[in-house]
Amino acid sequence: MTILVYLMPVALFLGALGLTGFLWALKSGQYEDLDGAAERILRDDKPER
Amino acid sequence: MSCCAPSAELALDLTSTTSVLPFSQEIRLASRSLGDNLWQTDLSVPTVHCAACIQAIETALGRLDRVEGARVNLSTKRVAIRWRGDSVPPFVAALGRLGFQAHLFEADADKKDKTLAELIRAVAVAGFAAGNIMLLSVSVWSGAEGATRDLFHWVSALIAIPALTFAGGIFFRSAWNALRHGRMNMDVPIAVGVSLAYAMSLYETINHGDHAYFDASVSLLFFLLIGRTLDHVMRERARTAVKGLSQLAARGAIVLRGDGARDYLPVGEIEPGMHLLVAAGERVPVDGRIIRGASDLDCSLVSGESTPKTVTSGQQVQAGTLNLTGPLTIEATAAAKDSFLAEMVRLMEAAEGGRAHYRRIADRVSALYAPVVHLTAFVTFLGWMAVTGDWHRAVTIAIAVLIITCPCALGLAVPIVQVVAARRLFEAGVMVKDGSAIERLAAIDIAVFDKTGTLTLGQPRLVNASSIDPAMLAMAADMAAHSRHPFSKAIAAFAGFAGQPKLEAVSEHPGLGIEATTADSTWRLGRRGWAGWKARTGGEGKYGGYGGTVLSKNGRIVASFKFEDARRADAKAAVGQLKDAGVSVEMLSGDTPDACGDVARILGIDRFVSALLPSEKAERIEVLTKAGHKVLMVGDGLNDTPALGAAHVSIAPATAADIGRNAADFVFLRESLSAVPLALDVSRKAGRLIRQNIAIAIIYNAVAVPIAIFGNVTPLIAAVAMSASSLLVIGNGLRLQGFRLAELTRASSATHSGIHPSARSS
Repeated sequence: MTILVYLMPVALFLGALGLTGFLWALKSGQYEDLDGAAERILRDDKPER
Repeated sequence: MSCCAPSAELALDLTSTTSVLPFSQEIRLASRSLGDNLWQTDLSVPTVHCAACIQAIETALGRLDRVEGARVNLSTKRVAIRWRGDSVPPFVAALGRLGFQAHLFEADADKKDKTLAELIRAVAVAGFAAGNIMLLSVSVWSGAEGATRDLFHWVSALIAIPALTFAGGIFFRSAWNALRHGRMNMDVPIAVGVSLAYAMSLYETINHGDHAYFDASVSLLFFLLIGRTLDHVMRERARTAVKGLSQLAARGAIVLRGDGARDYLPVGEIEPGMHLLVAAGERVPVDGRIIRGASDLDCSLVSGESTPKTVTSGQQVQAGTLNLTGPLTIEATAAAKDSFLAEMVRLMEAAEGGRAHYRRIADRVSALYAPVVHLTAFVTFLGWMAVTGDWHRAVTIAIAVLIITCPCALGLAVPIVQVVAARRLFEAGVMVKDGSAIERLAAIDIAVFDKTGTLTLGQPRLVNASSIDPAMLAMAADMAAHSRHPFSKAIAAFAGFAGQPKLEAVSEHPGLGIEATTADSTWRLGRRGWAGWKARTGGEGKYGGYGGTVLSKNGRIVASFKFEDARRADAKAAVGQLKDAGVSVEMLSGDTPDACGDVARILGIDRFVSALLPSEKAERIEVLTKAGHKVLMVGDGLNDTPALGAAHVSIAPATAADIGRNAADFVFLRESLSAVPLALDVSRKAGRLIRQNIAIAIIYNAVAVPIAIFGNVTPLIAAVAMSASSLLVIGNGLRLQGFRLAELTRASSATHSGIHPSARSS
């Protein structure tokens, strides 16, 4: 059962990574305009001014 | 850009009479400084809805001088513009050229929604903890034993700590608040259950026990937080959408100083005695008396009268009325806080309606639920103590009862249905302020409508256009295009070329009409007595009609115009549908009995009361309420606001006055009045589903509680039972979405048959 000593931290670390990623995305405003992001992808590529 | 025309499907049907381009000083007041001479302005652009709109707006605004950048937020339908310098770049005009109507927005965009952010973070943390603990629990259930099981329990206990403190804190605080005020809410049993479950599991872990309920306590928090977040998102979205509508109250006014200087002051700083300049097209900011000038005032929002009132110097004007034709200088007689508007707010607060006493279904259920659950757990403990005398076993079983009865399904049963209902109404252009509004609307038996602005649009419509000589009509339309008077706007809609002579000079005489000269004659469009100054010598009888508005050529009347207040689309159908749904319909108006009688007859409303003061409207609703009725109030004017507050539940159109919109529980954005029966229908269906969901939750308890009382619940059974009941109520709630398919087919056939509503209703 010594394998658990490695596996559990790895599992928790990966989970925590996902959680941090989500919290980061939330904080950086990526959830503020979901509809807009869906439409913006249809725009022609023009360099942002 | 055809898809971006303001008449597109999602467009808000705001009338142009009520939205004047915001002043540049006004924009300045509403902007916030980002430092370093950089400013940010938030404008609400309700008609933006596709990629092309975003592109058009961002490039057009970006090209303006001194504009640093513009960013459209499609979800909130807002555009944030950052600009430099002292004067405001002309972005409202730029948006106007693209065909987008812009409205000023409160400068509170920097105050992000803290509650929502906290809820989402809590959901994320609880979700992470629940997932990991559940994995460990599954290993325990599938046979981990001895030291391995203890290790798993210890890790679970550690993961649960952040979830309980961070995510659980929301429930602990709310439960503590309720208890401190001697109330019971759903959060009390949640807080008690979760913390006891954790404490017992910790005790078990320390003593190498078999059963730990870490998974149950954390996944419970996770499920409940989802329900709570959805509830919050629904309310917040409606609130932003409502706040983003055009603001009708004046934000500031030009003050004339004694030395001739002109300052633009915010409304709050205007004091009695100051002289204010109110240009044509602006709203009167505070109550006052006219010193100079004459004009027509649109009082429809204030008193409900549909015909504009002519005013001259010396007369009193009320805050909130719209100055239509001529510039006025007024002396303020009251500060903003003592003005008509504030008086309405005071009346509204005095007429505290059903909503203050209303207790939400979930609260009513939990007031019964929590004591029963706690009593059951306590009795179970006593019972097992009496039978076995083993206190450890008795406590374990009693806590298992608490866990299994934790109102997981109950906490989701109501919000999930209301969120789905609010979503459906949102798609139909109806905003719901909060969940309790849906519960209250389902109970109404009387619908009371205001007339001007609600059943009618408050805008005149020319009714005898077909009997007027096309050349004269085109002439009148050319002249009318120079005025803001509602009658002029109605005539100007018939513009077209029919060989009319070209206008040379046009001048507007406030309270009288418009005068124009052509190469050989003088034309007047306006009051009969003024325009037809030679009418007594002939002409009047020949052209007929007794309408008050005429077109004259050199003093002889050549055409007369008849108007009626245009009815809101589908008004008659909506009244009919409400009657079919068993709701009696009544009309209360501040307008004259004649005007009310016409509208009532055409729309098929049996009872109406006319010439009411704002307080009398609220009194009438209180009388109905005392008689045991649940009253729905639909109104838009400032004068309806006390009534909106007094009613059990209230609905306002998007064109309503600011405080009316804020007072109402529902706000509908499209012109059609069919939003009212739709909201009623969805609310009643939601009410049915909520009752079903509560029944499901109670049945679940009836089955699970005996199992728990007899000590047969293991953590595995608890996890399965709780998740199953939650999924069941969510599934049942989503059925509300399913009703739509059937309705869409019905609605589309209805529009085909109802293509000529005006022909039917008139």
